[in-house]
Amino acid sequence: MTATTDAPTRTGTHPRVEGLDKVTGRARYAYEYAADEVAYAWPVTASVGAGEVRGVDVDGALAQPGVLAVLWHGNAPSLADVGDSKVAVLQSPVVAFRGQVVALVVASTSEQAREVATTLTVTYDSREPDVVLRADHPTLYRPESVNGGYSTDSVIGDAVAEFDACPVQVDATYTTPPEHNHPMEPHASTAVWGDGRLTVYDSSQGGNAVRSTLSTLFGIDRELVRVVTSHVGGGFGSKGMPRAGVVLAVMAARQVDRPVKVALTRQHLFDLVGYRTPTIQRVRLGADPDGRLRSIDHQALEQTATVEEFAEQSVAATRVMYAAAHRRTAHRLVRLDVAVPSWMRAPGETPGMYALESAMDELAVATGVDPVELRIRNDPDVDPETGARFSSRNLVACLTLGAQRFGWAGRDPEPGVRREGRWLVGTGMASSTYPTYATAASCRAGVDPDGGYDIAINATDIGTGARTAMLLVAADTLGVDPSQVRVRVGDTDLPQAGLAGGSMGTTSWGMAVEKACRELLEAVRAAGGVVDERIEVAVDTKAEIAAQAELSRHAFGAQFVEARVDIDTGEVRAPRMVGMFAAGRIVNARTARSQLIGGMTMGLSMALHEEGVPDAAFGGFTNHDLSTYHVATVADVGDIDVGWIDEVDDDVNTIGTKGIGEIGIVGTAAAVANAVYHATGVRVRDLPITLDKTGQLA
Amino acid sequence: MTPVTSSAVSVHVNGDAYRLELDHRTSLLDALREHLALTGTKKGCDHGQCGACTVLLGGRRVYSCLVLCVAVGDREVVTVEGLADGADLHPVQEAFVQRDAFQCGYCTPGQICSAVGMLREAEAGWPSAVTSADTGTSRLDEAEVRERMAGNLCRCGAYANIVPAILDAAGHGGADR
Ligand code: FES
Ligand code: FES
Repeated sequence: MTATTDAPTRTGTHPRVEGLDKVTGRARYAYEYAADEVAYAWPVTASVGAGEVRGVDVDGALAQPGVLAVLWHGNAPSLADVGDSKVAVLQSPVVAFRGQVVALVVASTSEQAREVATTLTVTYDSREPDVVLRADHPTLYRPESVNGGYSTDSVIGDAVAEFDACPVQVDATYTTPPEHNHPMEPHASTAVWGDGRLTVYDSSQGGNAVRSTLSTLFGIDRELVRVVTSHVGGGFGSKGMPRAGVVLAVMAARQVDRPVKVALTRQHLFDLVGYRTPTIQRVRLGADPDGRLRSIDHQALEQTATVEEFAEQSVAATRVMYAAAHRRTAHRLVRLDVAVPSWMRAPGETPGMYALESAMDELAVATGVDPVELRIRNDPDVDPETGARFSSRNLVACLTLGAQRFGWAGRDPEPGVRREGRWLVGTGMASSTYPTYATAASCRAGVDPDGGYDIAINATDIGTGARTAMLLVAADTLGVDPSQVRVRVGDTDLPQAGLAGGSMGTTSWGMAVEKACRELLEAVRAAGGVVDERIEVAVDTKAEIAAQAELSRHAFGAQFVEARVDIDTGEVRAPRMVGMFAAGRIVNARTARSQLIGGMTMGLSMALHEEGVPDAAFGGFTNHDLSTYHVATVADVGDIDVGWIDEVDDDVNTIGTKGIGEIGIVGTAAAVANAVYHATGVRVRDLPITLDKTGQLA
Repeated sequence: MTPVTSSAVSVHVNGDAYRLELDHRTSLLDALREHLALTGTKKGCDHGQCGACTVLLGGRRVYSCLVLCVAVGDREVVTVEGLADGADLHPVQEAFVQRDAFQCGYCTPGQICSAVGMLREAEAGWPSAVTSADTGTSRLDEAEVRERMAGNLCRCGAYANIVPAILDAAGHGGADR
């Protein structure tokens, strides 16, 4: 094991820097910036599932009180083509899916804008939409590549022939529904033009991408665009790239020559900000009677839109998890009249590991090998598909320590036999994994004669604790108390950095902060160690990123769940969950714990509640609010205990972090489903595990 | 004749009296955020389905997105901005910081106002769906907090920290302020 050495792990624990602002209501989100003479814009969305917009009653709307402008493709300013349908709003008559923006009403008050938007007459030529994913769909095709730049297929040996020859076989199909990100803050933007400059307060996971997109779309010099993202009310991928709302705000502000606010409604979020594609996944595992895998075959079918392709990398994790000589993975897509699917927390790993880890549980049952032991037995020494060395891989440690923490030892594998009152009780587990990414970032660090240090980097804190993590990385590198350091993030006027996504924020920004602090110390040394005037350095990490060796970089984890199933109603409860992770250096224990339990909570929500229901008759989704799209509430969540091993990985990158924003959700749904099987003897292969799926239990 | 669509309204928020000319359709939530610059109260759904907009109205917790401002009358409104006593945080606010009971913070003002109202309800002996007839509400335990706070969603999944934070506050006079 390359990890758990005596080297200091440099894990700090520090309260969230902006905690006080958040509990007192002072923290300001995108919609909350005051601007003089502000106007309100309200998007109007397509009520047909597919077709073309024929006309909009602009004059009728303009006659209503307070209305300043009504925009639709017939009169909207044309935007430069950036090859992204999600921001090309009001540019064409085509309605590619129900819920697409077809017009925008701008008025002096939000009440006026909303009323006119709701009653606006839009006429269409429509046709029947095709929105339901099925395995025999005629448009099924093979995409060129999938999200994250992964290859569409992988083939090693002959997985099918080997499977046929195996004494133990698992062949199962798992399905997951569309899932929606639903950060608590719906996407909002405030756009202010002034002196030829554009300032946008945006609810985004990365202001730099918003700035570049707006600058190209509207043909304004990048330097004249400023995007502020001080506080962001969650994103989970849906705010990872600029989308309709921010473009509409800027367009409207230019049109009416006033600052404009746009807040998407909770209803809009179902159609306009991406969602996780539904998947149909077939997994075939061929093994020897002792559980050693000989063949792994994992095929995922997903949906994409007619106007743009998005292919979730659902089988990518299967390529790194377990050893087997013969392997095949594949992604296939079906084009439908649906909104473009997109990033939702751990795209790929989340649905893929639900299927793989469920199949592993089925293999444990088929072989009689304990599920934890089965995974240990199949742990590979090197990346099983690329042959590359792992920078560090501590899945086995997570399995062992997690099992201890949960009290897994001595578990009777017999399903459906533990009854407490009206409840059937069971336990289940699954592995977790997430790749470690990093992108180049720039950073400025300075010190003043009074001994105060300051760090400037356009990182974005979407709730992850980025400000605090950067503070700790800086203080640790400088060797000073955190109280001596001030960190500024969330503004494109600060040095450029990548988005808060892909679990790479802390790593990418942290590498730049660490480098800036090291160089600052050198500059101070060069000045004789005396700071009698401000000393400042600016760095970027392009060279460090380019110099990264070819290694397989991944975080791992193991999750354990106790499930209880009501024998009368089939209601599933999960009173106890344990997660153990190996994610490199943990910068701030306090916020890391919150991120990991947050991920596991969303995983529990996926397992039991979340289900976007395609509307086969009218297009879009039939559920359009939080009373019909359920997410876990506090009453659904029990005890969640997370831990991590002190993993020291000097090879993964220059600061030893692997990222923790996403791994918490990976594997949770399988662990829940496996626990439900253990409780009831019923294998549910179709998420979410709702009351109707466990059948007659009493 | 032209219909009357707006009125002069007086509202009392966090101890201050305001006089506003308001469109009758204006919710209390929008009045706070758009007219009084009290943006601490959040809009998560505008439909009474998330709890982000929870404030105290006449001492009781309400979803301010479901209250028309013209219907508030002379009842006192308390928002997250009105809970602390100067620099002295309300015990619930303090407990949320100590327990890291949030991430993005967007549900937080609603969670905190809801918890403040909930602690008073429990103190006043109001039962919940999980209150047993034998023990009444004298013991505010985890199950009670989970049941009583189920109207406040947190997509960041901070529930596992929110519950102990509220129990901490309950033990530190959270119901009394
Ligand atoms: S904004 Fe009022 S309940 Fe969601
Ligand atoms: S802290 Fe983000 S939604 Fe609760």
